[in-house]
Amino acid sequence: MQKKISRAQVRNVAKLSRLELTESEVKEFSGQLSAILGYMEKMNKLDTDNVEPLAHCLPISNCFREDAVRESLGTEKTLANAPQRDGDFFKVPKIIDSL
Amino acid sequence: MGNLQYKVIVGLEIHVHLRTKSKMFCGCALEYGATANSRVCPVCLGMPGSLPVMNKQAFEYAVLAALALNCKIAEFTKWDRKGYYYPDLPKNYQISQYDLPLGTGGFIEIPLQSGQTKKIRIIRVHLEEDAGKNLHPAGNFSQIDLNRAGTPLLEIVTEPDMNSAAEVRALAVELQRIVRFLGVSVADMQKGHMRFEPNINLIITRDGTEYKTPIAEIKNLNSFRALERSVDYEIQRQLDEFLQTGKVMEMGNKTTHGWDDENQTTVLQREKEEAHDYRYFPEPDLVPVVMNERWLNEIKSKLCELPLQKQMRYVSEYKLSDYDAGVLTAERSTAEFFERAVKKGGDPKRVCNLLTQVGLKLANEAGCTLAELIPAAENVAELAEMIDTGKVSASAGNTIMRKMAESGEKPQIIAEQLNLLQKSDAGELEVIVDKVLEGNPKAVEDVKSGGKKSKKARGFLLGQVMQKTSGRANPKIISEILAEKLG
Ligand SMILES: [Zn+2]
Repeated sequence: MQKKISRAQVRNVAKLSRLELTESEVKEFSGQLSAILGYMEKMNKLDTDNVEPLAHCLPISNCFREDAVRESLGTEKTLANAPQRDGDFFKVPKIIDSL
Repeated sequence: MGNLQYKVIVGLEIHVHLRTKSKMFCGCALEYGATANSRVCPVCLGMPGSLPVMNKQAFEYAVLAALALNCKIAEFTKWDRKGYYYPDLPKNYQISQYDLPLGTGGFIEIPLQSGQTKKIRIIRVHLEEDAGKNLHPAGNFSQIDLNRAGTPLLEIVTEPDMNSAAEVRALAVELQRIVRFLGVSVADMQKGHMRFEPNINLIITRDGTEYKTPIAEIKNLNSFRALERSVDYEIQRQLDEFLQTGKVMEMGNKTTHGWDDENQTTVLQREKEEAHDYRYFPEPDLVPVVMNERWLNEIKSKLCELPLQKQMRYVSEYKLSDYDAGVLTAERSTAEFFERAVKKGGDPKRVCNLLTQVGLKLANEAGCTLAELIPAAENVAELAEMIDTGKVSASAGNTIMRKMAESGEKPQIIAEQLNLLQKSDAGELEVIVDKVLEGNPKAVEDVKSGGKKSKKARGFLLGQVMQKTSGRANPKIISEILAEKLG
Protein backbone atom coordinates (compact mmCIF):
# COMPACT_ATOMS: atom_id res chain seq x y z
CA MET A 1 0.00 0.00 0.00
CA GLN A 2 1.13 3.51 -0.79
CA LYS A 3 2.35 5.46 2.21
CA LYS A 4 -0.10 8.32 2.77
CA ILE A 5 1.77 9.78 5.68
CA SER A 6 5.46 10.21 4.99
CA ARG A 7 8.11 9.96 7.65
CA ALA A 8 8.75 13.69 7.27
CA GLN A 9 5.09 14.37 8.10
CA VAL A 10 5.31 12.16 11.16
CA ARG A 11 8.39 14.05 12.31
CA ASN A 12 6.60 17.37 11.81
CA VAL A 13 3.50 16.28 13.73
CA ALA A 14 5.71 14.90 16.49
CA LYS A 15 7.52 18.23 16.70
CA LEU A 16 4.24 20.15 16.89
CA SER A 17 3.11 17.81 19.66
CA ARG A 18 6.44 18.13 21.50
CA LEU A 19 7.05 14.40 21.15
CA GLU A 20 10.46 12.88 20.73
CA LEU A 21 10.35 9.82 18.47
CA THR A 22 13.07 7.34 17.57
CA GLU A 23 13.62 6.54 13.89
CA SER A 24 11.97 3.14 14.31
CA GLU A 25 8.95 4.79 15.90
CA VAL A 26 8.75 7.27 13.03
CA LYS A 27 8.69 4.35 10.63
CA GLU A 28 6.11 2.47 12.70
CA PHE A 29 3.75 5.44 13.02
CA SER A 30 4.10 6.35 9.37
CA GLY A 31 2.72 2.90 8.55
CA GLN A 32 -0.01 3.01 11.19
CA LEU A 33 -1.21 6.51 10.33
CA SER A 34 -1.21 5.63 6.63
CA ALA A 35 -3.35 2.59 7.37
CA ILE A 36 -5.85 4.73 9.27
CA LEU A 37 -6.01 7.21 6.43
CA GLY A 38 -6.35 4.39 3.94
CA TYR A 39 -9.39 3.20 5.84
CA MET A 40 -10.83 6.70 5.72
CA GLU A 41 -10.36 6.63 1.96
CA LYS A 42 -13.16 4.08 1.78
CA MET A 43 -15.57 6.67 3.09
CA ASN A 44 -14.65 9.07 0.32
CA LYS A 45 -16.43 6.68 -2.01
CA LEU A 46 -19.73 7.42 -0.29
CA ASP A 47 -22.03 9.99 -1.84
CA THR A 48 -22.23 12.79 0.76
CA ASP A 49 -23.56 15.51 -1.53
CA ASN A 50 -26.76 15.82 0.44
CA VAL A 51 -25.31 15.34 3.89
CA GLU A 52 -24.73 18.31 6.17
CA PRO A 53 -21.30 18.44 7.84
CA LEU A 54 -21.47 17.26 11.43
CA ALA A 55 -20.19 19.49 14.21
CA HIS A 56 -20.65 16.87 16.89
CA CYS A 57 -21.43 13.17 16.94
CA LEU A 58 -24.37 13.62 19.33
CA PRO A 59 -27.59 15.21 18.08
CA ILE A 60 -27.81 17.57 21.05
CA SER A 61 -26.93 21.21 21.65
CA ASN A 62 -26.89 23.93 24.31
CA CYS A 63 -25.63 21.95 27.31
CA PHE A 64 -25.02 24.80 29.69
CA ARG A 65 -24.43 25.22 33.37
CA GLU A 66 -25.43 28.24 35.44
CA ASP A 67 -22.67 30.68 36.34
CA ALA A 68 -22.12 29.34 39.84
CA VAL A 69 -18.84 28.90 41.70
CA ARG A 70 -17.87 25.42 42.76
CA GLU A 71 -15.10 24.53 45.09
CA SER A 72 -11.66 24.33 43.51
CA LEU A 73 -8.89 21.96 44.47
CA GLY A 74 -6.77 24.48 46.34
CA THR A 75 -3.07 25.09 45.83
CA GLU A 76 -1.73 22.00 47.61
CA LYS A 77 -3.83 19.47 45.72
CA THR A 78 -3.30 21.32 42.46
CA LEU A 79 0.47 21.08 42.81
CA ALA A 80 0.47 17.54 44.24
CA ASN A 81 1.37 15.91 40.91
CA ALA A 82 3.62 18.67 39.63
CA PRO A 83 7.09 17.42 38.70
CA GLN A 84 8.50 20.61 40.20
CA ARG A 85 7.08 23.46 42.21
CA ASP A 86 8.32 26.82 43.40
CA GLY A 87 6.27 28.05 46.33
CA ASP A 88 2.64 28.21 45.16
CA PHE A 89 3.65 27.92 41.51
CA PHE A 90 4.33 25.21 38.99
CA LYS A 91 8.00 25.40 38.10
CA VAL A 92 8.74 24.85 34.41
CA PRO A 93 11.61 25.43 31.98
CA LYS A 94 11.84 29.09 31.01
CA ILE A 95 9.06 30.15 28.60
CA ILE A 96 9.85 32.65 25.88
CA ASP A 97 6.43 33.43 24.40
CA SER A 98 2.87 32.19 24.65
CA LEU A 99 -0.72 33.31 23.96
CA MET B 1 11.37 63.40 1.80
CA GLY B 2 10.09 65.32 -1.20
CA ASN B 3 7.14 63.66 -2.88
CA LEU B 4 6.70 60.84 -0.40
CA GLN B 5 3.31 60.35 1.20
CA TYR B 6 2.08 57.59 3.40
CA LYS B 7 -1.13 56.27 4.87
CA VAL B 8 -1.28 54.33 8.13
CA ILE B 9 -3.29 51.09 8.13
CA VAL B 10 -4.15 49.47 11.46
CA GLY B 11 -6.39 46.55 12.38
CA LEU B 12 -6.90 45.52 15.97
CA GLU B 13 -7.44 42.29 17.80
CA ILE B 14 -8.83 42.76 21.30
CA HIS B 15 -9.26 40.29 24.13
CA VAL B 16 -11.72 41.11 26.91
CA HIS B 17 -12.27 39.17 30.14
CA LEU B 18 -15.96 38.62 30.78
CA ARG B 19 -17.39 39.45 34.18
CA THR B 20 -18.70 36.02 35.20
CA LYS B 21 -18.38 34.58 38.68
CA SER B 22 -16.94 31.29 37.44
CA LYS B 23 -14.72 30.15 34.59
CA MET B 24 -15.81 29.39 31.02
CA PHE B 25 -15.94 25.62 31.27
CA CYS B 26 -15.68 24.84 35.01
CA GLY B 27 -16.95 26.20 38.31
CA CYS B 28 -13.67 27.62 39.57
CA ALA B 29 -14.06 31.16 40.90
CA LEU B 30 -12.65 34.11 38.97
CA GLU B 31 -10.84 35.98 41.65
CA TYR B 32 -8.07 38.41 40.92
CA GLY B 33 -5.26 38.26 43.46
CA ALA B 34 -6.15 34.88 44.99
CA THR B 35 -3.32 32.60 46.15
CA ALA B 36 -1.60 31.16 43.08
CA ASN B 37 -3.09 27.90 41.79
CA SER B 38 -5.86 27.90 44.39
CA ARG B 39 -8.75 28.43 41.91
CA VAL B 40 -8.04 25.36 39.84
CA CYS B 41 -9.85 22.05 39.28
CA PRO B 42 -9.38 18.93 37.14
CA VAL B 43 -11.12 20.62 34.17
CA CYS B 44 -8.90 23.70 33.98
CA LEU B 45 -5.89 21.57 34.91
CA GLY B 46 -6.57 19.44 31.84
CA MET B 47 -6.74 16.19 33.79
CA PRO B 48 -7.64 13.12 31.74
CA GLY B 49 -11.30 12.21 32.04
CA SER B 50 -12.48 15.68 33.02
CA LEU B 51 -15.09 17.33 30.83
CA PRO B 52 -15.83 21.00 30.15
CA VAL B 53 -19.37 22.42 30.52
CA MET B 54 -20.31 25.79 29.01
CA ASN B 55 -21.06 28.74 31.27
CA LYS B 56 -24.39 30.11 30.01
CA GLN B 57 -23.81 33.59 31.40
CA ALA B 58 -20.48 33.86 29.58
CA PHE B 59 -22.14 32.93 26.31
CA GLU B 60 -24.91 35.46 26.84
CA TYR B 61 -22.45 38.22 27.74
CA ALA B 62 -20.52 37.43 24.55
CA VAL B 63 -23.68 37.60 22.44
CA LEU B 64 -24.72 40.86 24.11
CA ALA B 65 -21.34 42.41 23.34
CA ALA B 66 -21.51 41.16 19.74
CA LEU B 67 -24.99 42.69 19.40
CA ALA B 68 -23.73 46.02 20.69
CA LEU B 69 -21.00 45.82 18.07
CA ASN B 70 -23.73 45.44 15.43
CA CYS B 71 -22.71 41.88 14.57
CA LYS B 72 -24.86 39.24 12.98
CA ILE B 73 -25.36 36.51 15.59
CA ALA B 74 -24.83 32.97 14.35
CA GLU B 75 -27.77 30.61 14.69
CA PHE B 76 -25.31 27.78 15.04
CA THR B 77 -21.86 27.90 16.65
CA LYS B 78 -19.47 25.24 17.75
CA TRP B 79 -16.20 24.96 19.60
CA ASP B 80 -12.79 24.08 18.24
CA ARG B 81 -9.49 23.06 19.68
CA LYS B 82 -6.55 25.25 18.82
CA GLY B 83 -3.20 23.49 19.27
CA TYR B 84 -1.21 25.22 21.99
CA TYR B 85 1.95 23.94 23.60
CA TYR B 86 2.77 26.14 26.54
CA PRO B 87 2.39 25.16 30.19
CA ASP B 88 -0.01 28.02 30.99
CA LEU B 89 -2.76 25.99 29.30
CA PRO B 90 -2.06 22.44 30.37
CA LYS B 91 -4.61 20.71 28.12
CA ASN B 92 -2.22 21.44 25.21
CA TYR B 93 -5.02 23.16 23.37
CA GLN B 94 -7.18 26.21 23.80
CA ILE B 95 -10.93 25.86 23.40
CA SER B 96 -11.89 28.55 20.90
CA GLN B 97 -14.19 29.14 17.93
CA TYR B 98 -12.62 28.78 14.52
CA ASP B 99 -14.88 28.69 11.48
CA LEU B 100 -18.21 29.47 13.15
CA PRO B 101 -17.71 32.48 15.46
CA LEU B 102 -20.77 33.65 17.38
CA GLY B 103 -20.73 37.11 15.82
CA THR B 104 -19.64 38.41 12.39
CA GLY B 105 -19.80 41.50 10.21
CA GLY B 106 -20.38 44.32 12.70
CA PHE B 107 -18.99 47.78 13.36
CA ILE B 108 -18.12 50.09 16.19
CA GLU B 109 -18.49 53.84 16.09
CA ILE B 110 -15.60 55.82 17.52
CA PRO B 111 -15.32 59.54 18.28
CA LEU B 112 -12.73 61.52 16.32
CA GLN B 113 -10.94 64.62 17.55
CA SER B 114 -12.86 66.64 14.96
CA GLY B 115 -16.08 65.85 16.81
CA GLN B 116 -17.20 63.54 14.00
CA THR B 117 -17.51 59.79 14.44
CA LYS B 118 -16.08 56.99 12.33
CA LYS B 119 -17.30 53.46 11.79
CA ILE B 120 -14.69 50.74 12.16
CA ARG B 121 -15.84 47.41 10.78
CA ILE B 122 -15.72 44.33 13.00
CA ILE B 123 -14.80 41.10 11.23
CA ARG B 124 -15.71 38.69 13.98
CA VAL B 125 -16.43 38.23 17.67
CA HIS B 126 -15.89 34.89 19.35
CA LEU B 127 -15.54 33.31 22.74
CA GLU B 128 -12.57 31.34 24.03
CA GLU B 129 -10.74 30.54 27.22
CA ASP B 130 -7.77 32.47 28.58
CA ALA B 131 -4.47 30.84 29.52
CA GLY B 132 -2.86 30.98 32.95
CA LYS B 133 -0.20 33.45 33.95
CA ASN B 134 3.54 33.02 33.44
CA LEU B 135 5.93 34.69 35.79
CA HIS B 136 9.59 34.99 35.06
CA PRO B 137 11.62 35.30 38.23
CA ALA B 138 15.41 35.44 38.17
CA GLY B 139 16.84 32.08 37.25
CA ASN B 140 16.45 29.77 34.32
CA PHE B 141 12.84 28.77 34.94
CA SER B 142 9.30 30.16 34.83
CA GLN B 143 6.47 30.04 37.36
CA ILE B 144 2.93 29.14 36.32
CA ASP B 145 -0.25 30.27 38.04
CA LEU B 146 -3.33 28.61 36.55
CA ASN B 147 -5.96 30.70 38.37
CA ARG B 148 -6.60 32.65 35.16
CA ALA B 149 -6.65 29.55 32.94
CA GLY B 150 -10.18 29.07 31.67
CA THR B 151 -11.37 32.66 32.17
CA PRO B 152 -14.03 33.48 29.54
CA LEU B 153 -12.33 35.62 26.95
CA LEU B 154 -14.04 37.58 24.21
CA GLU B 155 -11.98 38.04 21.09
CA ILE B 156 -12.87 40.93 18.79
CA VAL B 157 -11.15 41.38 15.43
CA THR B 158 -11.55 44.58 13.44
CA GLU B 159 -10.92 45.30 9.77
CA PRO B 160 -7.80 47.41 9.20
CA ASP B 161 -9.92 50.58 9.16
CA MET B 162 -7.92 52.74 11.56
CA ASN B 163 -5.54 55.30 10.12
CA SER B 164 -3.70 56.69 13.14
CA ALA B 165 -2.58 55.79 16.64
CA ALA B 166 -5.20 58.20 17.99
CA GLU B 167 -7.97 56.28 16.22
CA VAL B 168 -6.64 53.01 17.62
CA ARG B 169 -6.74 54.47 21.09
CA ALA B 170 -10.22 55.89 20.55
CA LEU B 171 -11.49 52.47 19.56
CA ALA B 172 -9.93 50.84 22.62
CA VAL B 173 -11.42 53.44 24.95
CA GLU B 174 -14.83 53.24 23.29
CA LEU B 175 -14.86 49.47 23.50
CA GLN B 176 -14.00 49.64 27.18
CA ARG B 177 -16.90 52.04 27.71
CA ILE B 178 -19.29 49.74 25.82
CA VAL B 179 -18.43 46.53 27.66
CA ARG B 180 -18.60 48.34 30.99
CA PHE B 181 -21.90 49.93 30.06
CA LEU B 182 -23.36 46.56 29.13
CA GLY B 183 -21.97 45.08 32.34
CA VAL B 184 -20.28 42.24 30.49
CA SER B 185 -16.78 43.15 31.69
CA VAL B 186 -15.20 45.10 34.50
CA ALA B 187 -12.60 46.03 31.87
CA ASP B 188 -10.02 47.06 34.45
CA MET B 189 -6.78 47.59 32.54
CA GLN B 190 -4.70 47.24 35.69
CA LYS B 191 -6.04 43.74 36.18
CA GLY B 192 -5.35 42.73 32.59
CA HIS B 193 -9.06 42.55 31.67
CA MET B 194 -8.32 43.99 28.23
CA ARG B 195 -5.40 43.18 25.94
CA PHE B 196 -4.70 44.61 22.50
CA GLU B 197 -2.82 43.41 19.46
CA PRO B 198 -2.58 45.95 16.64
CA ASN B 199 -1.55 44.97 13.10
CA ILE B 200 0.20 47.88 11.46
CA ASN B 201 1.56 48.74 8.06
CA LEU B 202 1.92 51.71 5.75
CA ILE B 203 0.91 52.41 2.20
CA ILE B 204 3.68 54.63 0.91
CA THR B 205 3.37 56.60 -2.30
CA ARG B 206 6.67 57.71 -3.82
CA ASP B 207 6.98 59.19 -7.29
CA GLY B 208 3.51 57.99 -8.15
CA THR B 209 4.20 54.36 -7.16
CA GLU B 210 2.51 52.69 -4.22
CA TYR B 211 4.43 50.49 -1.80
CA LYS B 212 3.05 48.49 1.12
CA THR B 213 5.36 47.89 4.07
CA PRO B 214 5.36 44.45 5.74
CA ILE B 215 2.70 44.06 8.44
CA ALA B 216 3.91 44.11 12.02
CA GLU B 217 1.83 42.75 14.85
CA ILE B 218 2.44 43.99 18.38
CA LYS B 219 1.49 41.44 21.02
CA ASN B 220 -0.10 41.76 24.39
CA LEU B 221 -0.53 45.47 25.05
CA ASN B 222 -2.47 46.13 28.21
CA SER B 223 -2.76 49.88 28.52
CA PHE B 224 -4.18 52.60 26.27
CA ARG B 225 -0.90 54.46 26.52
CA ALA B 226 1.23 51.50 25.45
CA LEU B 227 -1.23 50.82 22.63
CA GLU B 228 -1.06 54.36 21.26
CA ARG B 229 2.68 54.79 21.72
CA SER B 230 3.58 51.42 20.23
CA VAL B 231 1.51 52.15 17.12
CA ASP B 232 3.17 55.56 16.75
CA TYR B 233 6.58 54.00 17.23
CA GLU B 234 5.87 51.28 14.69
CA ILE B 235 4.71 53.84 12.07
CA GLN B 236 8.02 55.68 12.35
CA ARG B 237 10.04 52.45 12.42
CA GLN B 238 8.37 51.16 9.26
CA LEU B 239 8.87 54.45 7.49
CA ASP B 240 12.56 54.47 8.41
CA GLU B 241 12.94 50.85 7.40
CA PHE B 242 11.33 51.47 4.03
CA LEU B 243 13.57 54.45 3.34
CA GLN B 244 16.65 52.45 4.26
CA THR B 245 15.85 49.07 2.72
CA GLY B 246 12.84 49.53 0.44
CA LYS B 247 11.42 46.34 1.93
CA VAL B 248 7.77 45.72 0.95
CA MET B 249 5.04 43.32 1.95
CA GLU B 250 5.43 39.75 0.72
CA MET B 251 3.87 36.45 1.61
CA GLY B 252 5.22 35.38 4.97
CA ASN B 253 7.12 38.51 5.93
CA LYS B 254 4.72 39.60 8.61
CA THR B 255 6.61 40.09 11.86
CA THR B 256 5.67 39.90 15.52
CA HIS B 257 6.82 42.47 18.04
CA GLY B 258 6.67 43.03 21.75
CA TRP B 259 6.48 46.41 23.46
CA ASP B 260 9.36 47.43 25.67
CA ASP B 261 7.71 49.91 27.99
CA GLU B 262 10.95 50.94 29.66
CA ASN B 263 12.63 51.97 26.43
CA GLN B 264 9.37 52.85 24.62
CA THR B 265 10.26 50.74 21.60
CA THR B 266 8.83 47.70 19.84
CA VAL B 267 11.07 44.65 19.88
CA LEU B 268 11.11 42.06 17.14
CA GLN B 269 10.14 38.64 18.44
CA ARG B 270 11.58 35.54 16.90
CA GLU B 271 8.86 33.07 16.14
CA LYS B 272 9.17 29.40 15.54
CA GLU B 273 8.36 28.42 12.00
CA GLU B 274 5.50 26.20 13.10
CA ALA B 275 4.07 28.77 15.54
CA HIS B 276 0.96 29.36 13.44
CA ASP B 277 0.25 25.72 12.72
CA TYR B 278 -2.66 25.58 15.14
CA ARG B 279 -4.25 22.45 13.67
CA TYR B 280 -7.79 23.44 14.61
CA PHE B 281 -10.35 20.69 14.85
CA PRO B 282 -13.87 20.47 16.32
CA GLU B 283 -13.93 20.08 20.10
CA PRO B 284 -15.54 16.68 20.72
CA ASP B 285 -16.12 17.39 24.43
CA LEU B 286 -18.57 20.23 23.83
CA VAL B 287 -21.84 20.22 21.93
CA PRO B 288 -22.77 23.09 19.58
CA VAL B 289 -24.83 26.12 20.57
CA VAL B 290 -28.05 26.78 18.70
CA MET B 291 -29.45 30.29 19.03
CA ASN B 292 -33.20 30.55 18.61
CA GLU B 293 -35.18 33.71 18.19
CA ARG B 294 -36.67 33.70 21.65
CA TRP B 295 -33.32 33.42 23.37
CA LEU B 296 -31.79 36.05 21.11
CA ASN B 297 -34.65 38.45 21.87
CA GLU B 298 -34.16 37.86 25.56
CA ILE B 299 -30.50 38.86 25.24
CA LYS B 300 -31.41 41.78 22.95
CA SER B 301 -33.70 43.16 25.64
CA LYS B 302 -30.57 43.87 27.73
CA LEU B 303 -29.15 46.16 25.07
CA CYS B 304 -29.29 49.88 25.73
CA GLU B 305 -28.38 53.14 24.09
CA LEU B 306 -24.59 53.00 23.82
CA PRO B 307 -22.41 55.49 25.69
CA LEU B 308 -21.20 57.43 22.65
CA GLN B 309 -24.78 57.92 21.40
CA LYS B 310 -25.84 58.98 24.87
CA GLN B 311 -22.95 61.40 25.17
CA MET B 312 -23.77 63.03 21.86
CA ARG B 313 -27.45 63.20 22.75
CA TYR B 314 -26.69 64.88 26.10
CA VAL B 315 -24.73 67.54 24.22
CA SER B 316 -27.38 68.18 21.59
CA GLU B 317 -30.53 67.66 23.64
CA TYR B 318 -29.47 68.94 27.07
CA LYS B 319 -26.77 71.39 25.94
CA LEU B 320 -24.21 69.87 28.29
CA SER B 321 -20.52 70.24 27.53
CA ASP B 322 -18.92 67.28 25.78
CA TYR B 323 -16.75 66.80 28.87
CA ASP B 324 -19.69 66.68 31.31
CA ALA B 325 -21.61 64.38 28.96
CA GLY B 326 -18.58 62.11 28.91
CA VAL B 327 -18.44 61.99 32.71
CA LEU B 328 -22.16 61.19 32.97
CA THR B 329 -21.91 58.40 30.40
CA ALA B 330 -18.79 56.76 31.79
CA GLU B 331 -20.95 54.32 33.75
CA ARG B 332 -24.40 53.07 32.90
CA SER B 333 -25.65 53.54 36.46
CA THR B 334 -24.58 57.20 36.42
CA ALA B 335 -26.26 57.87 33.08
CA GLU B 336 -29.45 56.17 34.20
CA PHE B 337 -29.51 58.11 37.45
CA PHE B 338 -29.01 61.38 35.58
CA GLU B 339 -31.82 60.54 33.16
CA ARG B 340 -34.18 59.62 36.01
CA ALA B 341 -33.53 62.94 37.75
CA VAL B 342 -34.10 64.83 34.49
CA LYS B 343 -37.29 62.93 33.85
CA LYS B 344 -38.52 63.97 37.30
CA GLY B 345 -38.21 67.59 36.20
CA GLY B 346 -34.66 68.55 37.18
CA ASP B 347 -32.94 70.99 34.84
CA PRO B 348 -30.29 68.91 33.00
CA LYS B 349 -27.46 71.40 33.49
CA ARG B 350 -28.28 71.84 37.18
CA VAL B 351 -28.63 68.10 37.80
CA CYS B 352 -25.38 67.54 35.92
CA ASN B 353 -23.57 70.02 38.19
CA LEU B 354 -24.93 68.42 41.35
CA LEU B 355 -23.84 64.98 40.14
CA THR B 356 -20.42 65.87 38.76
CA GLN B 357 -19.46 68.33 41.52
CA VAL B 358 -20.77 66.42 44.52
CA GLY B 359 -22.61 63.18 43.84
CA LEU B 360 -19.96 61.29 41.90
CA LYS B 361 -17.21 62.32 44.30
CA LEU B 362 -19.20 60.99 47.25
CA ALA B 363 -20.13 57.80 45.41
CA ASN B 364 -16.49 57.30 44.53
CA GLU B 365 -15.40 57.76 48.12
CA ALA B 366 -18.07 55.33 49.30
CA GLY B 367 -17.21 52.89 46.52
CA CYS B 368 -20.80 52.66 45.33
CA THR B 369 -23.05 53.89 42.54
CA LEU B 370 -25.07 57.09 42.63
CA ALA B 371 -28.30 55.13 42.93
CA GLU B 372 -26.92 53.33 45.96
CA LEU B 373 -25.84 56.63 47.46
CA ILE B 374 -29.09 58.49 46.81
CA PRO B 375 -31.87 55.99 46.11
CA ALA B 376 -34.43 58.65 45.15
CA ALA B 377 -33.38 60.47 41.99
CA GLU B 378 -36.45 62.71 42.39
CA ASN B 379 -34.77 64.26 45.44
CA VAL B 380 -31.96 65.47 43.20
CA ALA B 381 -34.53 66.78 40.72
CA GLU B 382 -36.26 68.64 43.55
CA LEU B 383 -32.98 70.07 44.81
CA ALA B 384 -32.11 71.24 41.29
CA GLU B 385 -35.41 73.06 41.16
CA MET B 386 -34.87 74.64 44.58
CA ILE B 387 -31.58 76.07 43.30
CA ASP B 388 -33.14 77.24 40.05
CA THR B 389 -35.96 79.07 41.81
CA GLY B 390 -33.58 80.70 44.28
CA LYS B 391 -34.90 78.84 47.31
CA VAL B 392 -31.35 77.84 48.13
CA SER B 393 -28.04 79.08 46.78
CA ALA B 394 -25.91 76.88 44.55
CA SER B 395 -23.35 76.38 47.30
CA ALA B 396 -26.09 75.53 49.81
CA GLY B 397 -27.31 73.06 47.18
CA ASN B 398 -24.01 71.22 47.34
CA THR B 399 -24.25 71.07 51.12
CA ILE B 400 -27.80 69.69 50.89
CA MET B 401 -26.63 67.13 48.32
CA ARG B 402 -24.04 65.87 50.80
CA LYS B 403 -26.63 65.63 53.56
CA MET B 404 -29.02 63.81 51.25
CA ALA B 405 -26.35 61.17 50.68
CA GLU B 406 -25.94 60.79 54.44
CA SER B 407 -29.54 60.77 55.62
CA GLY B 408 -31.66 60.10 52.54
CA GLU B 409 -33.89 62.96 53.72
CA LYS B 410 -35.75 65.20 51.27
CA PRO B 411 -33.91 68.40 50.26
CA GLN B 412 -36.65 70.73 51.52
CA ILE B 413 -36.42 69.20 55.00
CA ILE B 414 -32.63 69.35 55.05
CA ALA B 415 -32.73 72.97 53.90
CA GLU B 416 -35.10 73.82 56.76
CA GLN B 417 -33.09 71.89 59.34
CA LEU B 418 -29.83 73.53 58.33
CA ASN B 419 -31.46 76.91 57.91
CA LEU B 420 -30.31 77.13 54.32
CA LEU B 421 -33.49 78.47 52.76
CA GLN B 422 -32.81 81.84 51.19
CA LYS B 423 -34.86 84.73 52.37
CA SER B 424 -36.74 85.77 49.29
CA ASP B 425 -39.51 87.58 51.08
CA ALA B 426 -39.04 91.12 49.82
CA GLY B 427 -40.82 92.67 52.79
CA GLU B 428 -38.61 91.02 55.34
CA LEU B 429 -35.49 91.73 53.31
CA GLU B 430 -36.43 95.36 52.86
CA VAL B 431 -36.29 95.89 56.62
CA ILE B 432 -32.77 94.50 56.69
CA VAL B 433 -31.71 96.56 53.66
CA ASP B 434 -33.03 99.71 55.30
CA LYS B 435 -31.01 98.97 58.43
CA VAL B 436 -27.85 98.48 56.38
CA LEU B 437 -28.42 101.69 54.42
CA GLU B 438 -28.93 103.57 57.65
CA GLY B 439 -25.71 102.25 59.12
CA ASN B 440 -23.59 102.98 56.06
CA PRO B 441 -24.30 106.52 54.86
CA LYS B 442 -20.86 106.84 53.23
CA ALA B 443 -21.44 103.86 50.98
CA VAL B 444 -24.93 105.10 50.16
CA GLU B 445 -23.46 108.39 49.07
CA ASP B 446 -20.85 106.65 46.92
CA VAL B 447 -23.53 104.66 45.15
CA LYS B 448 -25.67 107.68 44.51
CA SER B 449 -22.76 109.78 43.26
CA GLY B 450 -22.17 107.26 40.50
CA GLY B 451 -18.67 107.14 39.07
CA LYS B 452 -15.93 104.69 39.88
CA LYS B 453 -16.77 104.05 43.51
CA SER B 454 -20.43 103.35 42.84
CA LYS B 455 -20.13 99.72 41.79
CA LYS B 456 -17.82 98.81 44.62
CA ALA B 457 -20.05 100.48 47.20
CA ARG B 458 -23.09 98.67 45.87
CA GLY B 459 -21.27 95.38 46.26
CA PHE B 460 -20.31 96.32 49.80
CA LEU B 461 -23.91 97.03 50.75
CA LEU B 462 -25.07 93.77 49.25
CA GLY B 463 -22.39 91.96 51.26
CA GLN B 464 -23.59 93.65 54.42
CA VAL B 465 -27.13 92.41 53.85
CA MET B 466 -25.87 88.89 53.17
CA GLN B 467 -23.88 89.02 56.40
CA LYS B 468 -26.88 90.12 58.41
CA THR B 469 -28.90 87.21 57.04
CA SER B 470 -26.03 84.71 57.51
CA GLY B 471 -25.84 84.27 53.77
CA ARG B 472 -29.43 83.14 53.43
CA ALA B 473 -30.76 86.10 51.51
CA ASN B 474 -31.43 85.72 47.82
CA PRO B 475 -28.82 88.04 46.25
CA LYS B 476 -30.99 88.68 43.23
CA ILE B 477 -33.79 90.09 45.34
CA ILE B 478 -31.45 92.23 47.44
CA SER B 479 -30.03 93.73 44.27
CA GLU B 480 -33.51 94.57 43.14
CA ILE B 481 -34.36 96.27 46.42
CA LEU B 482 -31.08 98.19 46.40
CA ALA B 483 -31.72 99.33 42.85
CA GLU B 484 -35.17 100.50 43.83
CA LYS B 485 -33.89 102.50 46.79
CA LEU B 486 -30.67 103.89 45.37
CA GLY B 487 -31.41 104.04 41.68
ZN1 LIG C 1 -11.52 24.79 37.10
